[in-house]
Amino acid sequence: MCEDIFEIGGVKLNSRLFTGTGKYGDDSVIPDVCEASGSQVITVALRRMDLESATGNVMDFIPKHMQLLPNTSGARTAEEAVRIARLARAMGCGDWIKIEVISDNKYLLPDGYETAKATEILAKEGFVVFPYVNADLYVAQSLVNAGAAAVMPLGAPIGTNRGLKTREMVRILIEEIDLPIIVDAGIGRPSEACEAMEMGADACLVNTAIATASDPLMMAKAFGRAVKAGREAYLSGPGATKVHADASSPLTGFLGGE
Amino acid sequence: MSKVSFYSVLAEYASVPLDEQFAAVTAEDVRRSLNKMTPTIEDFMNFMSPAAVPLLEEMAQKASRLTAQNFGRAIQLFTPLYLSNFCSNHCVYCGFNCKNKIPRDQLSLEQLEVEAKAIADTGLKHLLILTGEAPAKAGVDYLEDCMGVLRNHFPSVSIEVFAMDQDEYARLVATGADGLTMFQETYNEELYATLHPKGPKKDYRYRLDAPERGCKAGMRVVTIGALLGLGDWHRDAFFTGMHAAYLMHKYPEVDISVSPPRMRPHAGEYQPASIADDRDLVQYMLALRLFLPRLGITVSTRESAEFREHILPLGVTKMSAGVTTAVGGHTQEHDQVGQFEIADTRSVDEMCDMLRRCGYQPIFKDWEPIELQAKASA
Repeated sequence: MCEDIFEIGGVKLNSRLFTGTGKYGDDSVIPDVCEASGSQVITVALRRMDLESATGNVMDFIPKHMQLLPNTSGARTAEEAVRIARLARAMGCGDWIKIEVISDNKYLLPDGYETAKATEILAKEGFVVFPYVNADLYVAQSLVNAGAAAVMPLGAPIGTNRGLKTREMVRILIEEIDLPIIVDAGIGRPSEACEAMEMGADACLVNTAIATASDPLMMAKAFGRAVKAGREAYLSGPGATKVHADASSPLTGFLGGE
Repeated sequence: MSKVSFYSVLAEYASVPLDEQFAAVTAEDVRRSLNKMTPTIEDFMNFMSPAAVPLLEEMAQKASRLTAQNFGRAIQLFTPLYLSNFCSNHCVYCGFNCKNKIPRDQLSLEQLEVEAKAIADTGLKHLLILTGEAPAKAGVDYLEDCMGVLRNHFPSVSIEVFAMDQDEYARLVATGADGLTMFQETYNEELYATLHPKGPKKDYRYRLDAPERGCKAGMRVVTIGALLGLGDWHRDAFFTGMHAAYLMHKYPEVDISVSPPRMRPHAGEYQPASIADDRDLVQYMLALRLFLPRLGITVSTRESAEFREHILPLGVTKMSAGVTTAVGGHTQEHDQVGQFEIADTRSVDEMCDMLRRCGYQPIFKDWEPIELQAKASA
């Protein structure tokens, strides 16, 4: 099989697993998580970055080879997301930005309308924009028009580890949207990431399920393998599944064979 | 339809025989509530009932999982900074009661700069500023001036001061204050009247609605609580959870937190009417976490080092460290009287060592003041 390269935002990636930096009991495990998972993209909340800190900074633990994907966690409006993105760029975090606009602290559901507005502004400013949204066809189409680099639909509410609850809607996005689909949020088990990839998602972002596992390194490794397995299954074109066993032409047999 | 004020929710409970309802809960009811994915107020009541006490370990297991899932193994650190202890209130339980003969002091902006620098040098980035209630001396204008100093040192500053109008909160939000802490003290209106016989704080309803005015004014984080022990701690704890749920439902954009302070010895003579022991406090925290998985829970240095360490996995999300409750206490050596005695006197470094030893990450910075950045560049 040819090497499977995921090219996005001018970067060529061998791994289709994106990881995160939140919820670890100790950030010093992050380099090992990156290595164990094989991930090459890592998201980090600008609100947690502290470049002048004397007490340690999450950025100190992110290996240099990782592609940084700063996120706008804490933004409640498009305007706030835009400001955070500009700050991230000014702090030297590059042009990639994951837009999170959430004004619902209970379920942490993304605001598609505000996200599309922020995406449009930032794409025009040359950012490579990764918007986190509900798995909604119209929102996804508006993101295409706004100049997003990918669409990141949620599998389930963020941090819930509840799996690919939006399966049917994600499937529609994969079919209809001419941008990479990266399933973000809600994936709790490697099998669920694998399923998303088998369906044809271009990548998965997994944080909580790895960070809160009893053994984050082993879980990181498992997710790395699951995403790869799912991708390979998708590329290999799995045979069609059927509900019943296949008798040979019980209804049209009377027509006779050739 | 959403209510106009939490006051109307409380009014609905005025005729409810709460104690009888708590007593009627069975272990089976608690177990059923534990298995629910989205608990209701009835479930919260079950978790707070006597029937839940034998099931605390099961509750703790689930609460611990929910906390790790929602907040990670991370504790946000902050410290209080007392700006002024001048006060016109007569809160009978408070060390700063205007009738108490204690030295009164208020930080000048120069003194504040020194205090702020000393705190910032410990690495802390989240600050809670406190005053008594003396609007002529330490009113909104003074707080605005203080914010001018503090925003150079801290990305996040919360206020724990007197109750004020929505436009006054909005003025402070505009200067960079992003959090509001407002304790109702007790939800029992009659008791509240006897505990606050004089002074502006006497107005129960004005204080009850203050957190809501803060939400409307654009505060990002609003922390509420009752001072457990002033009245029947159990009822006050229950109504605090109800109040938090009310605010979370009505203002989903605001990060709502609860702080469960218990009464401690202080300079006045008032002694607690009821004692919430360690088991009670744990039950309360677990009930809050199970009922409201996304709720912030703050535990202060009123609690002992040992107790704070034990409750780490049970739902806590924020802790104070390096605490003094005296005006100028971070840099001045003289004998100031604090608002209350602190039990956990550990420094920021000592707190961090403890957290790391227990497998938790101390979080120093969890906000970037984007509003001010935008203003500066405009």
